Amino acid sequence: MKAAVVTFPGSNCDRDLAVAFEKAGAEVVRVWHKDSALPQGVDIVGVPGGFSFGDYLRCGAIAAQSPIAAAIQAHASRGGYVIGICNGFQVLTEMRLLPGALMRNAGLKFICKPVELVVATTESDYTAGYAKGQRISVPVAHHDGNYTVDAETLARLQGEDRVAFRYGDNPNGSMGDIAGILSENRRVLGMMPHPERVVDPAHGGADGAVLFASLVGKMALA
Amino acid sequence: MQEPQITAELIASHGIKPDEYQRILDIIGREPTFTELGIFSAMWNEHCSYKSSKKWLRTLPTTGPQVICGPGENAGVVDIGDGQAVIFKMESHNHPSYIEPHQGAATGVGGILRDVFTMGARPIAAMNALSFGLPSHPKTSHLVKGVVEGIGAYGNAFGVPTVGGEVRFHRSYNGNCLVNAFAAGIADADKIFYSVASGVGMPVVYLGAKTGRDGVGGATMASAEFDDTIEEKRPTVQVGDPFTEKRLLEASLELMGSGAVISIQDMGAAGLTCSAVEMGDKGNLGIKLILDAVPQREAAMTAYEMMLSESQERMLMVLKPEKEAEARAIFEKWDLDFAIVGETIPEDRFLILHGNEVKADLPLSKLSSSAPEYDRPWIETPAAAPLGEVPAIGAIDALKALIGSPSYAHKSWVWEQYDSQVGADTVVRPGMAAGVVRVHGTGKALAFTSDVTPRYVKANPFEGGKQAVAEAYRNLTAVGALPLATTDNLNFGNPEKPEIMGQFVGAIKGIGAAVAALEMPIVSGNVSLYNETDGSAILPTPTIGAVGILASLDDLIAGQPAEGDIALLIGETFGHLGQSALLAEAFGIEAGDAPHVDLAAEKRNGDFLRANRKALRAATDLADGGLALAAFEMAEAAGLGLNLDAGDIPTLFGEDQARYLVACSAEGAAALEAAALATDVPVLRVGRFGGTSVSFGSASAPLADLSALYRGAFAAAVE
Repeated sequence: MKAAVVTFPGSNCDRDLAVAFEKAGAEVVRVWHKDSALPQGVDIVGVPGGFSFGDYLRCGAIAAQSPIAAAIQAHASRGGYVIGICNGFQVLTEMRLLPGALMRNAGLKFICKPVELVVATTESDYTAGYAKGQRISVPVAHHDGNYTVDAETLARLQGEDRVAFRYGDNPNGSMGDIAGILSENRRVLGMMPHPERVVDPAHGGADGAVLFASLVGKMALA
Repeated sequence: MQEPQITAELIASHGIKPDEYQRILDIIGREPTFTELGIFSAMWNEHCSYKSSKKWLRTLPTTGPQVICGPGENAGVVDIGDGQAVIFKMESHNHPSYIEPHQGAATGVGGILRDVFTMGARPIAAMNALSFGLPSHPKTSHLVKGVVEGIGAYGNAFGVPTVGGEVRFHRSYNGNCLVNAFAAGIADADKIFYSVASGVGMPVVYLGAKTGRDGVGGATMASAEFDDTIEEKRPTVQVGDPFTEKRLLEASLELMGSGAVISIQDMGAAGLTCSAVEMGDKGNLGIKLILDAVPQREAAMTAYEMMLSESQERMLMVLKPEKEAEARAIFEKWDLDFAIVGETIPEDRFLILHGNEVKADLPLSKLSSSAPEYDRPWIETPAAAPLGEVPAIGAIDALKALIGSPSYAHKSWVWEQYDSQVGADTVVRPGMAAGVVRVHGTGKALAFTSDVTPRYVKANPFEGGKQAVAEAYRNLTAVGALPLATTDNLNFGNPEKPEIMGQFVGAIKGIGAAVAALEMPIVSGNVSLYNETDGSAILPTPTIGAVGILASLDDLIAGQPAEGDIALLIGETFGHLGQSALLAEAFGIEAGDAPHVDLAAEKRNGDFLRANRKALRAATDLADGGLALAAFEMAEAAGLGLNLDAGDIPTLFGEDQARYLVACSAEGAAALEAAALATDVPVLRVGRFGGTSVSFGSASAPLADLSALYRGAFAAAVE
């Protein structure tokens, strides 16, 4: 599997995401935000966490206008895989690859801590390695992770089984305790928690490694 | 533009004393221009020149087989094996943080990160040591919220994990909070960049963000006492932009990899002036700057303003001329300014041109080497009167007095606002004895801690100085790390008062004795004096930041006690209650002598703990709050109750040094006791972990109640 990890100015989890992909056995290429095309043969694009463009204007809003954004858009519309983590999730909502928006945390403070996630669906190549309803521990680190969407779309997300992860104890006020959602074709995942920070026993847990291993395993079969 | 006339008032407003002004006249043989006066004030203020402290700083042990570069550069450099080095420093941003807490603290973080990456290191860990006034003081809540938010906003966006620190509250900080920021980075030992310029006619390049009027005169402000005109000083506080800093980091490391850099220096306090003078001075060269080329954010800036601006996220570099195109391309890639603003010149001259006019023409070497240096009069702090009768208190009430006070309560309110895991190498998050971060791509790790007990330093500067180092040594040891080296951030009051200077001298002597005995030399540091408001000084607060190494993650001690584990105390207990946390928090008594530190016992007990780490499930050092607080914290973190055999206050809350509490299985405890038999190290069973209540002798309380108090007290005090 070939994974492209995007770096925007201000990205700061790009290396961490690349390491997590590599650890799972993927080949990783790094992509710069000013690139207008993805390298040949990319299966999945990783949009990492951080503070792209300093979170100025609105988290993810400027990154969504980068030259690489158009290439990611095209990749997704061809049925390509895209994962956006934390700021990456914010970028994907700004690109309209995923519905909704990430508002300021309900408590108005930045929160960094491990949280319990409930695996809400196993019907995706990202979550197939977990059991439905499984409780896993994955850290969050964000100021703007309060998932907000109109009632109709929320109902659709739930009706179409597109909620990937829910919070066990909602830290940020997200609607429906939503921590991560899938696109209609289930190939685009956006999530606020950081699975790439729990892929190694030295991290004090490896619940995130399952996501990357599942993805690489599914693609090897494809 | 017409520059103002030099008057006695103007000189005084630059913080230059009459004898210092005479020295300027003697050096240049004429009246200085306005810009030159500004340059002198920037170079000769306390913050930049260390004029009151230099004499004593020279006495500190700064060498050792592990030290690659000690004090004098942007940060200290220490060998960590495999051709790698850790580069670290701690620095204060006290005055700006009191005036504008969010930006003051944020730019403190930015400044210390720049010190580290200017030397070619990628930052891997940050800490911050914060001292605030009483929660009941009207400014405290605002300061705590602003400072914590500012540190988080900068460090989180930049992408450095914040893995440790301290927060304390004391009335002496009511008018003068302390914000001490630490950063550490990793570089290849043969690819470290220094500030010494070399070669004549080499281009001097300006990198990073544009220059504005913010922070003009900031270093001079930071070298004065506060009074009630403080609110007028807001424009001297700089504004930080972590987004630019992150790009500056990436661009600088790329630039260093290209081989284009001869020397590089960040623009911190006193901005362009200080960075240019330092590079020239270290290389025995002159510097010519043409200010018209400086990237400017505001219109019609004067030479004076540009030379004194403390705009953030800027660096100055001497460039290999043949690499100019390559270097410029790197900065353009990251959308940062890159401008050639001058050159190195052979003569000893600091020549500043602006609008085809000479604005300053000074002998460069005299700006730093001829800076005033004072041997300030000092009086030794008198021995503390013996501690009198201690009021009676029950052991559980005593614990509640501690864990219900914000200084000793659980600090997750603070550290959850900091990203402690970015970089995905954090092994031990905040809340343990020390933060631990893996060296990326290796199996080894570094441990970080910051410590000082200001009450001790006030009562007994020498023992208090020793204790700050000893506690840092113990915290590193408690996670299994071998202490390597130290940075000191010395916060004191007005050095022109002999009793304050006496505190400073005593603390330095104590720190020196301890770092020598514990083999953790001082490799960098910072001095912050004049921490007084309306003549009232802070508690002397020499913050010690220390770094230790774990050769392998197998050496890590980061576990928690298990149900039924045995609690063992390593080290000797005398029951010293003078200057204890218990007396201060329960009764408002700050009396008696500080506990004395037996450095040989510290070393012996620390070596013993590291040698026997396999027998331990969990370990922590004992510090203020003594056995009872340490045992409670260890049990509470594991969600366990606790049963200590002792019920008397001196045994439970005494603050004797050189002690650790460990949790062991039955076999582990037996192994530890057997190992102790072969040494002089006292090891004593003191109780057990487990159950749902906390018992000291016959007194007991439900864990759940204590836990709620402990975890709620900080927010209750500051929200």
